[in-house]
Amino acid sequence: MATYQEFIQQNEDRDGVRFSWNLWPSSRLEATRLVVPVSCLFTPLKERLDLPPVQYEPVLCGRATCRAVLNPLCQVDFRAKIWACNFCFQRNPFPPTYAGISDVNQPAELMPQFSTIEYIVQRGPPTPLIFLYVVDICLEEEDLQALKESLQMSLSLLPPNALVGLITFGRMVQVHELSCEGIAKSYVFRGTKDLSAKQIQEMLGLIKPTVAGPQGHPVAPQDAHTSCRFLQPVQKVDMNLTDLLGELQRDPWPVAQGKRPLRSTGIALSIAVGLLEGTFPNTGARVMLFTGGPPTQGPGMVVGDELKTPIRSWHDIQKDNARHLKKATKYYEALANRAAVNGHCIDIYACSLDQTGLLEMKCCSNLTGGHIVMGDSFNTSLFKQTFQRVFSKDFNNEFRMAFGATMEVKTSRELKVSGAIGPCVSLNSKGPCVSENEMGIGGTSQWKICGMNPSTTLALYFEVVNQHNAPIPQGGRGAIQFVTQYQHSNTQRRIRVTTIARNWADAQSQIQHIEASFDQEASAVLMARLGVFRAESEEGPDVLRWLDRQLIRLFMFHLRRSPFLQVFNNSPDESSYYRHHFIRQDLTQSLIMVQPILYSYSFYGPPEPVLLDSSSILADRILLMDTFFQLVIYHGETIAQWRKAGYQDMPEYENFKQLLHAPLDDAQEILQTRFPMPRYIDTEHGGSQARFLLSKVNPSQTHNNLYAWGQESGAPILTDDVSLQVFMDHLKKLAVSSAA
Amino acid sequence: MNVNQQPHIATPYGQPPLQGYQVYGQPGYGGPHATPYGPYNGHNAAYQQDAPPQPPGYPPYSSFPSKTFAAGLSSDLSSSSSFGLGPGRVPPSSGTPPVSAPGYDQYPQGEVQNGPALIASQPPRPPASQAYAQVPVTLPATQPLYHQQYQAPPTSTQQVTNQMAGMQIGTAPSQAGPYAPPTSSHLPSSTAFPTPGNPSYTSQAVPPSQPPPNVGVQQGPHPPTYGGPPHVPQQPFPGSALPPVSQQSFPTAPTPSTQASLGAPPLPQPYGGGPPVSAHSQFPGSLPPHQAAVSQPSPYRSAPPPTGFTPSGGAPAPARPTPGMHGPPFPPQSVSAPPGPQPNHIGAPPMQLGVPAGPPTGPLPQQNGAFGQMRGPQPGYGAPYPGQPNFGSQPQAPAPAPPAQKRLDPNSIPSPKASEMQPVLKTRHRIDPDAIPSPIQVIEDDKASKSGEVFMTGVRGQAPPLVTTPFQVKDQGNASPHFIRCTAYNMPCTSDMAKQSQVPLAAIIKPLATLPENEGPLPIVDHGESGPIRCNRCKAYMCPYMQFIEGGRRFQCAFCSCVTEVPPHYFQHLDHTGKRVDCYERPELSLGSYEFLATVEYCKNNQLPQPPAFIFLIDVSYNAVRSGMVAVVCEELRTLLDTLPSEPGTDCPIRVGFVTYNKVLHFYNVKSSLAQPQMLVVSDVADMFVPLLDGFLVTVGESRTVINSLLQQIPEMFADTRETETVFGPVIQAGLEALKAADCAGRLFIFHSTLPIAEAPGKLKNREDKKLVGTDKEKSLFQPQVSFYGNLAKECVAQGCCVDLFLFPNQYVDVTTLGAVPCSTGGSVYKYAHFQAQTDRDRFLNDLRRDVKKQMGFDAIMRVRTSTGIRATDFFGSFYMSNTTDVELAGLDCDKTITVEFRHDDKLCEDTGALLQCAVLYTSCRGQRRLRIHNLAVNCCSQLAELYRHCETDALVNFFAKYAYRSVLSSPTKTVRDSLVNQCAQILACYRKNCASPSSAGQLILPECMKLLPVYLNCVLKSEVLQPGGDASLDDRAYLRQLVSCMDVAESHAFFYPRLLPLHKLDVEGRALPTAVRDSEERLSRDGLYLLENGLSLFLWVGVAAPPDLLRSVFDVSAFSEINPNMTSLPTLDNPFSKRLHEIIEMFREQRSRYMKLMVVKQEDRLEPLFKHFLVEDKSSNGGASYVDFLCHMHKEIRQLLS
Repeated sequence: MATYQEFIQQNEDRDGVRFSWNLWPSSRLEATRLVVPVSCLFTPLKERLDLPPVQYEPVLCGRATCRAVLNPLCQVDFRAKIWACNFCFQRNPFPPTYAGISDVNQPAELMPQFSTIEYIVQRGPPTPLIFLYVVDICLEEEDLQALKESLQMSLSLLPPNALVGLITFGRMVQVHELSCEGIAKSYVFRGTKDLSAKQIQEMLGLIKPTVAGPQGHPVAPQDAHTSCRFLQPVQKVDMNLTDLLGELQRDPWPVAQGKRPLRSTGIALSIAVGLLEGTFPNTGARVMLFTGGPPTQGPGMVVGDELKTPIRSWHDIQKDNARHLKKATKYYEALANRAAVNGHCIDIYACSLDQTGLLEMKCCSNLTGGHIVMGDSFNTSLFKQTFQRVFSKDFNNEFRMAFGATMEVKTSRELKVSGAIGPCVSLNSKGPCVSENEMGIGGTSQWKICGMNPSTTLALYFEVVNQHNAPIPQGGRGAIQFVTQYQHSNTQRRIRVTTIARNWADAQSQIQHIEASFDQEASAVLMARLGVFRAESEEGPDVLRWLDRQLIRLFMFHLRRSPFLQVFNNSPDESSYYRHHFIRQDLTQSLIMVQPILYSYSFYGPPEPVLLDSSSILADRILLMDTFFQLVIYHGETIAQWRKAGYQDMPEYENFKQLLHAPLDDAQEILQTRFPMPRYIDTEHGGSQARFLLSKVNPSQTHNNLYAWGQESGAPILTDDVSLQVFMDHLKKLAVSSAA
Repeated sequence: MNVNQQPHIATPYGQPPLQGYQVYGQPGYGGPHATPYGPYNGHNAAYQQDAPPQPPGYPPYSSFPSKTFAAGLSSDLSSSSSFGLGPGRVPPSSGTPPVSAPGYDQYPQGEVQNGPALIASQPPRPPASQAYAQVPVTLPATQPLYHQQYQAPPTSTQQVTNQMAGMQIGTAPSQAGPYAPPTSSHLPSSTAFPTPGNPSYTSQAVPPSQPPPNVGVQQGPHPPTYGGPPHVPQQPFPGSALPPVSQQSFPTAPTPSTQASLGAPPLPQPYGGGPPVSAHSQFPGSLPPHQAAVSQPSPYRSAPPPTGFTPSGGAPAPARPTPGMHGPPFPPQSVSAPPGPQPNHIGAPPMQLGVPAGPPTGPLPQQNGAFGQMRGPQPGYGAPYPGQPNFGSQPQAPAPAPPAQKRLDPNSIPSPKASEMQPVLKTRHRIDPDAIPSPIQVIEDDKASKSGEVFMTGVRGQAPPLVTTPFQVKDQGNASPHFIRCTAYNMPCTSDMAKQSQVPLAAIIKPLATLPENEGPLPIVDHGESGPIRCNRCKAYMCPYMQFIEGGRRFQCAFCSCVTEVPPHYFQHLDHTGKRVDCYERPELSLGSYEFLATVEYCKNNQLPQPPAFIFLIDVSYNAVRSGMVAVVCEELRTLLDTLPSEPGTDCPIRVGFVTYNKVLHFYNVKSSLAQPQMLVVSDVADMFVPLLDGFLVTVGESRTVINSLLQQIPEMFADTRETETVFGPVIQAGLEALKAADCAGRLFIFHSTLPIAEAPGKLKNREDKKLVGTDKEKSLFQPQVSFYGNLAKECVAQGCCVDLFLFPNQYVDVTTLGAVPCSTGGSVYKYAHFQAQTDRDRFLNDLRRDVKKQMGFDAIMRVRTSTGIRATDFFGSFYMSNTTDVELAGLDCDKTITVEFRHDDKLCEDTGALLQCAVLYTSCRGQRRLRIHNLAVNCCSQLAELYRHCETDALVNFFAKYAYRSVLSSPTKTVRDSLVNQCAQILACYRKNCASPSSAGQLILPECMKLLPVYLNCVLKSEVLQPGGDASLDDRAYLRQLVSCMDVAESHAFFYPRLLPLHKLDVEGRALPTAVRDSEERLSRDGLYLLENGLSLFLWVGVAAPPDLLRSVFDVSAFSEINPNMTSLPTLDNPFSKRLHEIIEMFREQRSRYMKLMVVKQEDRLEPLFKHFLVEDKSSNGGASYVDFLCHMHKEIRQLLS
């Protein structure tokens, strides 16, 4: 363990954990002085090639309030066959199956390298994965066609035994029956009337309304599994379904001039949730919503069908002028919570040039761990490939998705957990390790994450509760255990346990050590998440002020300018979209989001990262900017002219051709791996799309100071935003004054 | 007819015939009618054959009858009535003859004389009484009934009988009598009304009767005077056929009664004379039977009545001819009329004139429509009497042979009970059923005189032929009777008169009636972009009655007198008569019925309408599938869809849609681009909506394959269904929403099986509770259970959504409630209880085919405009009204009839008459907006007699039935029945009081054209709706109630008085149908085969003693016992009889708007009680009175009103 850098890297690789501080201040007082709380980014399902799951169940601490899992940090008495829980210090006997345990014969969970270990548990029959497509049919013909093809294609990507269902909606909502021969049947619901899950099931004929009553509990999943005509194994109905999808028509209801098509997204989702709720509670399921526009009728309506009424903008929201916003948001939140309770996740694939109501609907994905993908059209590679990537597989040829996970956090006594930020909901599990001080989603030690993939990352915030006057003995360690139960994509139930420990340090005497253990990147992301979380729940300027107060010392210039906190130039939907991803991506990706990466390609040397500054925009360079959401290739003025002149096609300018290709290849590499697919933009100096670049770079040169900086260095940005230079100057002043 | 029933007679019945006689004589004769009465009496007697005893009386009477109709009638009646009534009547007549002849007074005297005659009669009476005794079966029964019901047992019965007799007599005799006197003087005038009768009488009577004895004298004089004779002969002809029969009867008659012989001899002779009268024969015929029966009377009656009748007939005939002359005759008629008709009944003095007129009038009025011809029918009265088998005698004079046959029939008829005894028995009876007005006779007479004739509508106020008579129409400015029939063609000028008479003024309008091929279609008039020319004030449409003035620059509205400018493009010069030069080129100026092309202002939302859509909604619950209904419907639809209605030369623009349902609804997407239909299930029945638009409604041509595939799969898909619950309200809502979404009008065809108990709007519960029947709460059972359907109907109408409902119930389904929407939207309800695919398939499919193919108007609004003075105040039928004037019909098909009642709000003018204009704005099946206009002008009168002379009983009954059937919604059925009886009694009493001669109160005098009112009214009263019986379910009653509310006159006629054909008399060679027989069990012969139809059911009744040959040629079995009573179709056999029978059945079915399932009823088998229900002249099992009993009751009511 040479440096903290390596230590951090190692920990991240092994346990998927990055802490803001790798030495923990030993008292509450010191901890609060550090401004950045003890916190971590945790990736529960981090891909581990070297981690074969074990085929038995974990051994739990016997104390009812603890139930920690046996881990390498426990003290074990091999002779007495007893182990001491390192969280509550309870001494537990080993179960009979561990009779043969000894120094040399230790189970995996006791070996230090298995600080993260995965158990496969056999509980109940395996339940197949469920994919319920909820498809908007108020699309343009072209879009619908593309979507249909994507959906048909997706059938081949699903596991053969997965259950699949189809709901289409427009003015009406249709639940398609898949098991039927001959005539295609579907159940139709009016798009304006909300129904309870029970009503939906009655209407779908899944339960007899008359039977309901004392013993009218919903049909057991087992029965539902065999009897539900709406969710059928892919292998059984793929032909049917392919035909069905092929025959999908655009919503036949006429759309009058000056009107939006009537789109019953709210009811469609409600029915999807209700259907799964009744038939497959607590079973991993994905509701995949494909929509091409805002909900325009019924509960969950975001905008009326009059085209003359534009969809709400940030301006409207700030003026409290968005009449459907609160109601719709509340509606979708209620839906999301229902889905979350049953372990179902909701994806939203929204492709439209205008807003689609993601602001209102985002909670559906945020609370259930579903994806949000935003694009311009279903007929773009952005959507097509992103959608394909949802079904990507890992090296074990298993889907990179997990369902219905619950994550529990256990801490040693000096620590308590304040909350989590990520695509999760609270399970309201009060326990000894729950802090009263909430940060993010707090007040619990367990969270539910209905949909996860290996990169899903939660931010967890802790509070040091040890009092200043009760010092921890030198060399004492604090421990945290993450227990994540989930349904693997191969339908197994699994439990992954990660146990980590850090040393305590006295901030007064060992401040330099603590400083050294500071993880700037993790802290930046953790604080950014807090900021975003606040931005979501509070409103605009307050958040920025808070951030300013908190971050003065963190120099987070770019974060301040990022779309996560700034709504200027972004629609509410875009903001929601960006925040959604920011809150769930891992550290690296999050950093890219905060501070985009800028590479420069030139004849003067190999590609090099350059400052995200207007000064980097030069005429003879090609720039590649990765903002996570966008991938911009910008050709400088000269390059663009050359390209226009066709030099790249001349054999003697082969090198120019290569130069042009270099960023494309790099971009391709990024495109290959990222989910969701970034928007790929190829532009040049003066091109309209160059705005994506110009809006990101530090406006060191603007129309205000252009001449002061000389003409040949970079491109001026026409903005009134302060540049990093100004920001820094100001910051220094503040830092000095506030230090006092 | 004005049958002057004399209460006295009644008493006489009860008492010795003498009284009766006297009574008869008095009343009948007493009146101006005296003479007529005489004859009538004779008739009566004849009718009353019941009074066989009378025969003796008859003889004397016979003279009377002979004089008047008596002869004619007597011939028929004589046989029958002579006995019963005969005595009473006859005597007077006989006695009177001389008297009567002399003068009306004499008649009365005659009656008096009758008294004397009585003596003679008395002798006969004994037999009569015996007869009664024997007959007792009927009589006694009746009597008791009377007593019970009416309370006035003996007397009443007698009275009735008397009345009956009186009635006939009254008419006949009066006619004769009056005729004679008046004839001479009145002849011309009389011709119009009385004349016909009179002349006939006189004429006939004269020659025949005169020759005979006294009778001859009386009659003689008249006839001659009338000159009727000549006329008579003419008319008689038709009747003549009958006469022969009567003649036969004569012979028989004579033989039986010695006394009769006296009368008889002369009478017969008269008859002989009668023969010439042939026309009269009918009357005589009628009488004859009686006579025949009576034996003695027979002669009388035969002779006299025939004469009388025949004459009457003949006379009428002549008269009619004159009327036929229209122009000329009318005036005379009018002249005579006043005296005639009124006098007849009323004053003796005028009576002479009047009398003749009277009797004739009696007949005439009926005939009024066509006097000359009509009269024939009048004689018909006689005829009816004679007409019936008994009457066979009627034919006497004219057509001996036929009568004979008829007689045979009669014989056969009575035979079942006591054929041999008949004469005697009958005579004994108080009232001989043959002596009372016979519907069959009236129908046959009308047929005989008018069938095949072209009815010209150009003459204002003429009554059209009866609905049972086939006739052609030439539109000359008034709407054809196919479209409009009225209860009265001569409306009272003032509301006082109307109130006094109590005759409802109503028009029965069938706006889209299908015309015979040689009469249609109506011309379509296009007045260009500005739309049809209308009156500025009342908005009446241009019609032949608009008066152009100022050289054609303006026109004056015939309805409100407002003057309106003629638009320049419509201007035309007038000729010297003030008519537009182009008058005959423009349908709207020359025809009674035509159509306008409507402009966009006449359309909903000012948009031209879309073509309509048909949506088929099929119940696929367990019961529907199991009964085979689903399979049958689906299979049929595949071919039926090719025959959707379209207009000639255009493709069918109608779109179709399909829905199946049980507890939830399944819509089908059958868009042509699909390979397979798609099913869309809507389970949210609480809040119905249409799940798709495009693809739901398609044109058959484009989506043929998809639709076929769907119809093929529906039965398979639901073959294993276990769902037993259904919804109903949401089903209609679904169709409605679909039409709304498509923005068009249309029809829903709902095929439904069970009570909708599933949780949904419009859910119903089983409320069939037998205990409520007959209580004050019963009316609630005729009201919808929930208000939901009423509101739904309103919405449907607003959208032009017409709902047709086909029900296939196995138990109570609450037809009342389910039918609420169809009934308000112009739709129909069809009910197939216990439907089984094998047996009911044909009936259902034929109904369905017909229903789907019907020419329809959609989204229709009907408005009836009238001349100032009256206005339409009440409407009956299947429609919805949101205000008091506009009848809104979501759909209007060619069978739907709307009955409109008019009330005075001012005075009408005799000169101008009254005008009706019925305008129906509708969308044709190809989506064209049109206006159909029907105009009808009727006369107005300031004399009640005119009113009574121009009524149409069938239309009246139609109105009464609808009125009563609607009243059960608000009043207990008993109240409804009572008020109905009361109103009719008032009508008749008013006639008796104001139009009939001051005869004895005991005489029942009926207006000629209302003489069938009692029998028909009785049928209405005993219908299941008004008189619940044990076996009629609530659903049945509700179903019939709704059905009747939109029936036209022809249908209501058959419905209330079923047609009963003696098939064993079928002439397999000829095209003619055998003459129907009256709906009474005693008309059924044990060795006969009868076909009965009422528009809904078809029965083939087989007598136990039916000859094996007959059975073999019909059923292909050799013995009665081998006939399978469950068969619903007859084997097709290669023999003429079978072929002809099939033809007839086919023809019947063709005539009715609903397919009639054939049921074979074996005598004394289990189905017979059901069959007997349709023998409406008999006492019914549910307590309905027999015709005879009811008539007595009616008479009593009338007398009470008069006293």
